[in-house]
Amino acid sequence: MDHFTEKLPSMDLMRSEKMTFVQIIIPAESAHRIITYLGQLGLLQFRDLNAEKSPFQRTFVNQVKRCAEMSRKLRFLMDQVNKAGIMSSHSVLQSDTNLEDIETQLAEHEHEIIEMNSNSEKLQQSYNELLEFKIVLQKACNFLVSSHGHALSEERELVENVYSNEDFVETPFLFEQETMPGPSKSNQSGLRFISGIICKSKVLRFERMLFRATRGNMLFNQAPADEQIMDPISTEMVEKTVFVVFFSGEQARTKILKICEAFGANCYPVPEDISKQRQITREVSSRLADLEATLDAGIRHRNKALSSVGGHLAKWMDMVRREKAVYDTLNMLNFDVTKKCLVGEGWCPIFAKAQIQDALQRATFDSNSQVGAILHSMDALESPPTYFRTNSFTNPYQEIVDAYGVARYQEANPAVYTTIIFPFLFAVMFGDWGHGICLLLGALVLIAHERKLSNQRLGSFMEMLFGGRYVLLLMSLFSMYCGLIYNEFFSVPFHIFGASAYKCRDSSCRDAHTTGLVKYREPYPFGVDPSWRGSRSELPFLNSLKMKMSILFGVVHMNLGILLSYFNAHFFGSSLDIRYQFVPQMIFLNSLFGYLSLLIVVKWCTGSQADLYHIMIYMFLSPFDNLGENELFWGQRPLQILLLLLALIAVPWMLFPKPFILKKLHNERFQGRNYGVLNTFEADLEVEPDSARQHHEEFNFNEVFVHQMIHSIEFVLGSVSNTASYLRLWALSLAHSELSTVFYEKVLLLAWGYDNLIIRLVGLVVFAFATAFILLMMETLSAFLHALRLHWVEFQNKFYHGDGYKFRPFSFATLTEDEN
Amino acid sequence: MYGFEAMTFNIHGGYLEAIVRGHRSGLLTTADYNNLCQCETLDDIKMHLSATEYGPYLQNEPSPLHTTTIVEKCTLKLVDDYKHMLCQATEPLSTFLEYITYGHMIDNVVLIVTGTLHERDVQELLEKCHPLGMFDSIATLAVAQNMRELYRLVLVDTPLAPYFSECITSEDLDDMNIEIMRNTLYKAYLEDFYRFCQKLGGATAEIMSDLLAFEADRRAVNITINSIGTELTRDDRRKLYSNFGLFYPYGHEELAVCEDIDQVRAVMEKYPPYQSIFAKLSYGESQMLDKAFYEEEVKRHCLAFEQQFHYAVFFAYMRLREQEIRNLMWISECVAQNQKSRVHDSVVFIF
Repeated sequence: MDHFTEKLPSMDLMRSEKMTFVQIIIPAESAHRIITYLGQLGLLQFRDLNAEKSPFQRTFVNQVKRCAEMSRKLRFLMDQVNKAGIMSSHSVLQSDTNLEDIETQLAEHEHEIIEMNSNSEKLQQSYNELLEFKIVLQKACNFLVSSHGHALSEERELVENVYSNEDFVETPFLFEQETMPGPSKSNQSGLRFISGIICKSKVLRFERMLFRATRGNMLFNQAPADEQIMDPISTEMVEKTVFVVFFSGEQARTKILKICEAFGANCYPVPEDISKQRQITREVSSRLADLEATLDAGIRHRNKALSSVGGHLAKWMDMVRREKAVYDTLNMLNFDVTKKCLVGEGWCPIFAKAQIQDALQRATFDSNSQVGAILHSMDALESPPTYFRTNSFTNPYQEIVDAYGVARYQEANPAVYTTIIFPFLFAVMFGDWGHGICLLLGALVLIAHERKLSNQRLGSFMEMLFGGRYVLLLMSLFSMYCGLIYNEFFSVPFHIFGASAYKCRDSSCRDAHTTGLVKYREPYPFGVDPSWRGSRSELPFLNSLKMKMSILFGVVHMNLGILLSYFNAHFFGSSLDIRYQFVPQMIFLNSLFGYLSLLIVVKWCTGSQADLYHIMIYMFLSPFDNLGENELFWGQRPLQILLLLLALIAVPWMLFPKPFILKKLHNERFQGRNYGVLNTFEADLEVEPDSARQHHEEFNFNEVFVHQMIHSIEFVLGSVSNTASYLRLWALSLAHSELSTVFYEKVLLLAWGYDNLIIRLVGLVVFAFATAFILLMMETLSAFLHALRLHWVEFQNKFYHGDGYKFRPFSFATLTEDEN
Repeated sequence: MYGFEAMTFNIHGGYLEAIVRGHRSGLLTTADYNNLCQCETLDDIKMHLSATEYGPYLQNEPSPLHTTTIVEKCTLKLVDDYKHMLCQATEPLSTFLEYITYGHMIDNVVLIVTGTLHERDVQELLEKCHPLGMFDSIATLAVAQNMRELYRLVLVDTPLAPYFSECITSEDLDDMNIEIMRNTLYKAYLEDFYRFCQKLGGATAEIMSDLLAFEADRRAVNITINSIGTELTRDDRRKLYSNFGLFYPYGHEELAVCEDIDQVRAVMEKYPPYQSIFAKLSYGESQMLDKAFYEEEVKRHCLAFEQQFHYAVFFAYMRLREQEIRNLMWISECVAQNQKSRVHDSVVFIF
């Protein structure tokens, strides 16, 4: 056996890569280049040797700050480019520029852009003011013209009413106006006005405030501006309203001006003389035209500058990101005593050592360093990280396993088996080759657009779907296979593999549901006979088939799990686990449920009528009784007694010996160390303080025993409940086929029964949506989740520890855009 | 006292309570403060803060930083948090959240009125206002000449209007009157808030009444200390104390007649919860009293998080964040002015 397993070719996914802890001593002058090369290689995980130092106490903090500053500038430029709406279509290819060049260029560009922005801002502001002035002039003229007439007419009215209403204080505005001398000419009467423009949203409050402040002694006129004006702060277009306030008195004027200021309303003087107004309007218009031209030229200039920058931006951002990563990594290294070299520690896969050496040499050569970097392996205290080399096909399966827990270092990897078993278990629940074809089409679309999709950013849901495209592919293929076996195509049976073996008793076929069919020829060659659909024997047959099949799959699957625990124990050289865990577990499971599987197979092969429930129940209740008609094969009763005995022995076998043997081993190992306290005290001074070699675990027998007890009980109970849990394969498959039957018969066929096009169309649409959303999406999801559970719980708890941690090498490839 | 909050609280308040507890776990820890205190420049502070929740707010600031920028950006984060919560809140939580900002509103009103009195530029004053206490027509405050106008023009639209009715006099605004106005407003505000919390009932009422009582007592002590040696009469002083809290009513009588700090101390030491505040202070010392109060306050606010299903966590979170921003301001000022030896004088560790 050992011979055989060792001769097998090594497989990357079986166990995680062998890792080694390395120390690199890097001369300071070539440090940057070496780290860059290592980042390109991406196979070394650095350990933070300065964990106790805060970020700004580290050596290369200034460089990190510089990078952060540069990425800030880059973000600013990117923002400007995006705001200007320039597409950075052509990315300029240029030879490697170094960081200093980029830094100076960036500073120049930023300065340039900021200057241009401030210039254009000033221009924009005066442009805005002029525009507002123009609008105010246009609108206010109307008010002034109309208010002259209006005021006059009111005046007359007032003169008539004033004596009768002398104590009527509610009309103070009119009253005051009346008291002024020379009411026909308002500018002489002390009736003044202020005109201006204000945001539309503030008008109401503004008016109210004015009313309050002047105690109602004012007249407020407003008209919406025709053009939107840009808000200088948010650079959004806002709607504004022109207003003209008439009032009297100097005090009111200062108050109103203050309120205008407080509300951010811009006031513009409008002359009352119409000819003057015309003149100013003309002036303003001509200046506006000038300014517009200047502004346009400025924007063109700016856009040119931005588009010249735009081409470089992506590349620069990438460079700065890498540079920052390099300095962040350098910050994890230690200076040695002489301050001339940096010392780094980290994990790397053994196969990568040559590549790392090579990268170190190249870097030393390229940076003309006198001294090469030294790489040597060290002993590590903590356990190594887990690293699987996956490709786009195996990666989603590894992810499925990792979602439960990352494998312990060099532990047997369940992902290898998951690759096939997972889609297969899914398909058992999702068996319908019509639905399978739909899934297959979806998976094929994703795979066909692989190159395009992998480069763009997808939503979280699409990303998940895209990441699992090969899972989807296998799931759909297996669904089609299982669908052919179940003979279901959107719940319709097809005669693919020849004619059915059954026929109705008479020509009318009325009693197919009640009495069943008669067999008249050789059995149907593959899968379920199509004639059974809707017949009396359909459900009993399918239920019995699927239930027994589920148990067979379950027992095989769990046996595989226990077998893997053997390989684990064998690999880690723990014969204790093999003898006192693997063997009794194997015996226990197989003497009960392995035997049940055997009975199922025998029953299938012989076509016996024996009741398997009865056999299994009375195997426990009265093992010595005669089996009677339920006897399937000769010698069944003694075999049952033997198996029962074996199962009973297996329980204490897996419970007691292991903790006692562990205790004995521990006692033997530490027997001669009763005076250990003195020794360790001396030894502590010699070795490094945080060394774990001196640290031996305290052996607590109670803890170990309780642990073992929990494990044994869990296994014994679990082997029953887990086997039952596999029955979900049957349940979900049944639910799926029944649901699709309902949609097919009660929706599609029902609608088709009418001779009305609209009803048929509605029926078709309802059927299509039900199929797409309920059967294809929700059922896929639920079958997926149940398959996931069967893997995580029923399969992996037999052997999988899953308490490792992932290998995260320092690599430029993993730097993403948001890691700034 | 306790209702069945656990059954129904999460229907409306659960999401926001989760949010606020999440925010709370983002508060700077002692380790953070220790690192911040070791910073040499403001850039170091920025760098350290970039790893905290303030990161996104500071990352786009160009390099020569100023203390004001840091404080401004940190406050912006608090305001964003607050606005998010307010948007999601339903009654009565939204009213509760609005109550939290009234204190800032009072401060802003007083700031602007005082500023206008000393003829400062309104825009400049507006920049100094706390963003949480802003209301629409705040800039118009500058127009008002006396208190009556202040009320009639501006404040009548704000939630402060009912508080104002208590302190309206036709007197002109001067420094003394403004200060009295602030305290009267604050008194009315605290009492109203207290009543509101009592109305809410349950754990909210219990915890908030504790927190607000502390606040009221602290204000009472501060008023007493600040008014020692001024022309404020005993009766007037007595009127400024809020009508609840541990000191109410007997402590207030005693505080009203205090003539120096040691008498205040003697009054306070009669109340067991406040004994510990003075334990560290020597006689006649009042400089460190503020810090002692802040420390006690922070302790109480942290304790508010120990219970679930109540609104006091929102109040406590806002106050803790404000304390944190005060700490950051102090640290950055010390770093900027090279006074690192004084860094620990005023920093109140939150955890």
